[in-house]
Order: sequence, then C-alpha cells, then structure tokens
Amino acid sequence: MAINRRDFLKVSAGSGLLLASSVSLADAAPKPLSSDAVGILYDATLCIGCKSCMVNCKKYNSMEGGALYNEDGDVPYEYSPDRIYDAPANLSGKTLNIIKAYRNGTGLNKDQAEDGFSFVKNHCLHCVDPACVSVCPVGALIKDPVTGVVSYEAHKCIGCRYCQVACPFNIPKFEWDEPSPKIVKCQLCHHRYAEGKYAACCEFCPTGASIFGKVVDLQEEAKKRLSLKPGEEYAYPVKRVDSGETMTQKVPHYTEKVYGLTEAGGTQYMLMAGVPFDKLGFNPRITDDAYPDLTWKYIKKVPILIGALLVAGTVTHFITRGDDKES
Amino acid sequence: MKRDYKNGGYGSGQPTYNIMKKVMSSEVMSSDHEIKMWTPRTVVMVLFIMIAAAIALYRMVYGLGAATNMNDAYPWGIWLGFDLLGGVAMAGGGFTIAAAIYIFNWKKYKPIGRPAILTAFLGYLLAVIALFFDIGHPFRLWHPSIMWQVHSIMWVVAIHVILYTTTLAIESSPMVFEKFKMPKVLTFLKRYMVWAVIFGCMLSTLHQASLGAVFLIAPSKMSPLWFVGSFMPYMFLISAIAMGLAMVSTESIISAKAFNHKIDNEIFFGLARGLLTTLIIYLIVKVYYLITTNSLGVAFNGSMPSMMFLLEMGLGVLLPILLLANRKMRTSLNSIAAVNWLVIIGVLVNRMNVCIFSIEDYNTTVAGASYFPSAMELLLTLGLISLGVVLFKMAAKYLPLFKY
Repeated sequence: MAINRRDFLKVSAGSGLLLASSVSLADAAPKPLSSDAVGILYDATLCIGCKSCMVNCKKYNSMEGGALYNEDGDVPYEYSPDRIYDAPANLSGKTLNIIKAYRNGTGLNKDQAEDGFSFVKNHCLHCVDPACVSVCPVGALIKDPVTGVVSYEAHKCIGCRYCQVACPFNIPKFEWDEPSPKIVKCQLCHHRYAEGKYAACCEFCPTGASIFGKVVDLQEEAKKRLSLKPGEEYAYPVKRVDSGETMTQKVPHYTEKVYGLTEAGGTQYMLMAGVPFDKLGFNPRITDDAYPDLTWKYIKKVPILIGALLVAGTVTHFITRGDDKES
Repeated sequence: MKRDYKNGGYGSGQPTYNIMKKVMSSEVMSSDHEIKMWTPRTVVMVLFIMIAAAIALYRMVYGLGAATNMNDAYPWGIWLGFDLLGGVAMAGGGFTIAAAIYIFNWKKYKPIGRPAILTAFLGYLLAVIALFFDIGHPFRLWHPSIMWQVHSIMWVVAIHVILYTTTLAIESSPMVFEKFKMPKVLTFLKRYMVWAVIFGCMLSTLHQASLGAVFLIAPSKMSPLWFVGSFMPYMFLISAIAMGLAMVSTESIISAKAFNHKIDNEIFFGLARGLLTTLIIYLIVKVYYLITTNSLGVAFNGSMPSMMFLLEMGLGVLLPILLLANRKMRTSLNSIAAVNWLVIIGVLVNRMNVCIFSIEDYNTTVAGASYFPSAMELLLTLGLISLGVVLFKMAAKYLPLFKY
C-alpha cells in the first residue's frame, strides 16, 4: 500500500502523544504515611483469647455503613439457621476479624514458642501503600488520604478478585454464596468515627491487647514496650493509646520485632508477641517492599513501549517493503 | 470453481507452482459449500455448547459459590487459568502471523493470515465470555472503561482487551465485506489495513506481556518455579508466540485435511523453525532464572507443583525442542503436527500452573485450603472450546477464510 506524508505524520503524532502521556504517569509515587493516620496495636501477650473483639466487630459492622451491613441489618451470627454464635475458623465474607491460637508441645506457657501458646489477631493491616488499592481496575478499594483507612466501594467493584491475589496478607474475602457478591474486609470501623467512636475491637477489648490510635503514637508505644525490662511493671493503655485508662501488668519477653513497621512497606496495624511471627501464621516470604512498586515498575514502561512498538512496526514495514516486490 | 486436488498441497511435501498461481489468482470460491455443517462431531459440540449455556444461566442466578469450587484461597480457578489465560495465549498466532505478513513483509505466510487472525479473534472472544461469567458482577464488565486506574495492571489489561478485540474484528472484517460484496468498504479497509495491523501488533504484544505482569504483585505467594520476577511479562509473551505458532500450524494442517485446502508445506516448515527458535529462547530464559535464584532444586522436590512444572517443561518445551532440532522431524508434517499439540498442551498447562498450582505451597502452609474445579467449571470450559471450534468451522464454511 502507499504511504503519504499525511499518514506518516499521523502515526508520528500518535506515538508522540503516547510518549508525552508517560510523563504524567511517572509522577504517581508511593504515598507516605499521613500524620493523622489511625491504626491498631495488638499485643498478643495481653490477649486472653476471649474473642470479645470478634463478636463486637460483627455487631458494629452490621450497622449501617459497616463492612458487614446488609438491608436486613442482621448480624452474621444471627442469620445462621439455629441463631447461635458462629465459631469461624478463618476470615470470610462474614468475618472481618479473627482470633487464632498457636500451640506447641505441652502448650502450658503463655507467649512461648516451645511448649507454649499464643493468641494472634488477624484482620486488614491497612498498608501504607496497599497492594489491593493499586491493583483494583476500577478503584473500588480506596485509601483515605487522612486516616489511611483502606475501604471498599461496592458499587464500583466488578468482582475480579485481583485484590485477593495481590494482598500479601491474604485479607480480602469474597461473598462466594451471593449472586451479587462483595469483597469483605476490615475497614477499621471508619463508619463510627463521625460519632466519635473508633474500632469496635479496641473499644471492647477488656485487657488492652488491641488499642486504637494515631499510627505515630502507636509506633511510639510499641517501641517503648520493647525497651522495657521483662518482669518490671508497666501501665498498659486500654482501648485507645490516648484514653488515659491503663491496666498494670508485668512486662513479658517480647519477640524483638514489631510486626507491621516495615512489612510490605509498612502497615497501620502493628503486632507484638512473645512468639515469632512466622509461627503465628505470617508468611515469612513477605518482604519490606511496597508491593505496588512491583507492578508499577512495569506499568510505567507501557507508554514508552507503545510508542517504541508503533515506531518499530512502521519502520520495519517500510524497510522490508522491497521484499514484497521481488516475490 | 474448480480446484486441483491431485497435485501438491497437503501431504505431497512439495509445493506446486500451479496451485499457488491458481490460489493467488483467487480462484478459490468465496464460501465453501463442500464443508458439511452437521457432522456427528459438530452435533456433539453443539450439545456441549447448550450444556455450557445452561450452566452459565445457573451461575448467573445462584452465584459463583454455587457453580464453582473457587474459594478465598484460590480466588482464580480454571475459568481464568485455563479459559481466559489459555484463550489469550492461543490468540498469540494472530499478531505473530500478522506481523510476519504486514510488518516483515514475509508474503509467504499470506495463505494462513486470515485463519490466524480469526483464531486470535475467537481466542479473545472466548476469553471475554469466560471473564464475563467469572467476575462477580458480569454486567459491570464495562466499568474499567470509565473508571480509569492507571496504576492497576488489571486496568491496563482490560483496556488492551477492549481495543485489541475491536482491532481483531476490523482485521477479520474483510472476509465479511467480501462475502456481502461491498467493494468500497473493502478498498478502504485494504488501504489502511497495515495501520490496523501495526496498532494491533503493538496492543497484542503488550497485552500478552501485561497478563504476565498481573502476577508481579504476588512474589510472596507464588512458587519460584513460575514467579520469575521482572521476566514475568516476557515469559508470557514468548510462550504466547510459541502457542500461537503451534496453534496456527495445527489448525492449518487440520483444515487443509478436513476442508481440502491446499497450503504450501514450506509454510509449515517455516512455522516449525519459528517454533523451535521461540522455545529455545524460552528455555534459556527459564533455566537462567531458576539458576540465578537458586530455585532449580524446587523443580525436583517431588511436590505436586514440581510435578506440574516438570510436565509443563518436559512435554511442552524440552521434548518439542529435541524433536524439532532434528531436521527430518522439522520437515515432516506428521511430526510437526505432533509437536504442535505438545506445545499447545504445554502452554495451557503453564497458564494453569501460574494461576493455580503456583500458589499451592502457599495455600497448604499458610492459608490451608485446596481447589479442584467443579463439574460445572469443567463443562463450561468444554462448551467454550466447542464454541470456538464450531465458530471456526462456520467461518470456514460461510466466509472466504482461505482466500487472501
């Protein structure tokens, strides 16, 4: 076929535009932690495994705006046929938060890896730079720029479940049994902030194992606990890091690590325990990389690749056009 | 409307100039009434399609949990791992052959241009149908087109699918316009076709690569046998080219036999050489990665994923390379046909491995769950494959598919 100058200019202009668009794409850098970001600090050594957090999580998230809300306003454990308390084994479309137990050998000593036991609380860690938000093709998962809470807008979601694949902590769950399913995950009770309330799991934790607060304060508190000498007494804050309510306990032997400070680029839910975290079910292969960077490294190349491939294709076509005539 | 069946063509091993001349002077009829539509095999396939349609309806009414065995640990099952990823890989022949003909001007491959592009179109069509039933909200499939998320690789993939399926429809459309005798549209299309092809090749190259890039986000879940870091997109691209070449070759061999079309054997030999080169590149990159990440041992630890890996690499890559390396094999249609099937099965297994088996170790140690496709998942898949074959057959019967 014949090419004229106009065609050629059109193609050049097209690839030029695409190259130009890459400049604006390059600006999307990982977001730093907001100074007003809120989160939770969970101290497994204070947890007595009463599961009050689980019950109240379901109760308060079944209210309007909550992550488990449905039109009937039923709490998940109320719509089981026999209406008795459900004992979930895992996070699911009906469970945002779960207490699990680690047990080894005789299981007699609290917070010891050998012949001991420990509780652990699983729910969304609200990553500083969340993989789920970055992979969602329709922006149904969003990170609040102020509170840093990762929440979900059901009306956008197409149900592709890429967030489930992407989340290194295996948190988002899908309502498999619903014809019109949603992704379900902890949204840090953000529907309760307007009335001055906070995460139900912290409000109803009797021992201060889960405390709510600003992430910067929680990080400070966690570091302070690590610096304490095992055996000495410490007034642990209860419910909120700044509540003023405390409960005095003997300081246990902590694992020399606050989980969530650096994992997956840092999270707003942090954990402390006496047992190593890989024994508590945390995948040891999770790195400190901000996960969205892994795909961004490729995506930011796409506009350049588009231009390069168009130019290469056009050039090759004209260079090899002579062969056509010979045959 | 007369064709010479006695000289040259399939099986003779020798291209005959006369045949080529006749075919080139477009003496081939515009649609082929010699193809019998309702053969017993087609009836069975239509039955499969009807069963699949019933299952699709059941899935729409009762949801994914009722129809499939997918779960929170295996959020992606065979509808994605086999139907979608396999369908798109199958389409790799479209851009490879289109690039050969229009961009590299290797006119030798013109006779297989239309079937190759049609296969790509059908591959994408099946992938989109599978995706429609796989996502939780099928009627929101269009959301990515208005809810832009440039940082999401899934969004990039979705936009590619929309644009490339459209481009493939345009690339296949001359057959339809010829059939309905619309010369003006045809002239217009022919003038600008090369631009559609260049645009389409760009889209398809990036789409194949981007599908691999989807898995870049899961390094801590996937087995190192398949998570190959930043090579991920390129492994998908290379294997899609391999599958595309094998697919185009196979389907040309089959349709030459079944529909009695003459295709120059040199085309098949050329495709086989291309396949050999592609597979060798794939093998080198894979082995290089496994050695540099110290994960070669994982391939031989006897676990289910390692078995699947050995199956995929042995059957789909190593054996085909060994066979094609032999000149005699490379120039025999029967052995080329056999190798093609090995490669097709190998790449399909690879896609399922990446999507499903690569997270098995993670799921047994951390998440504690298992997955095996339900009967409905398998039957819908069977129905989709049947749909592809029947549509291809209808195109061969009613459209000038083997004219160029």
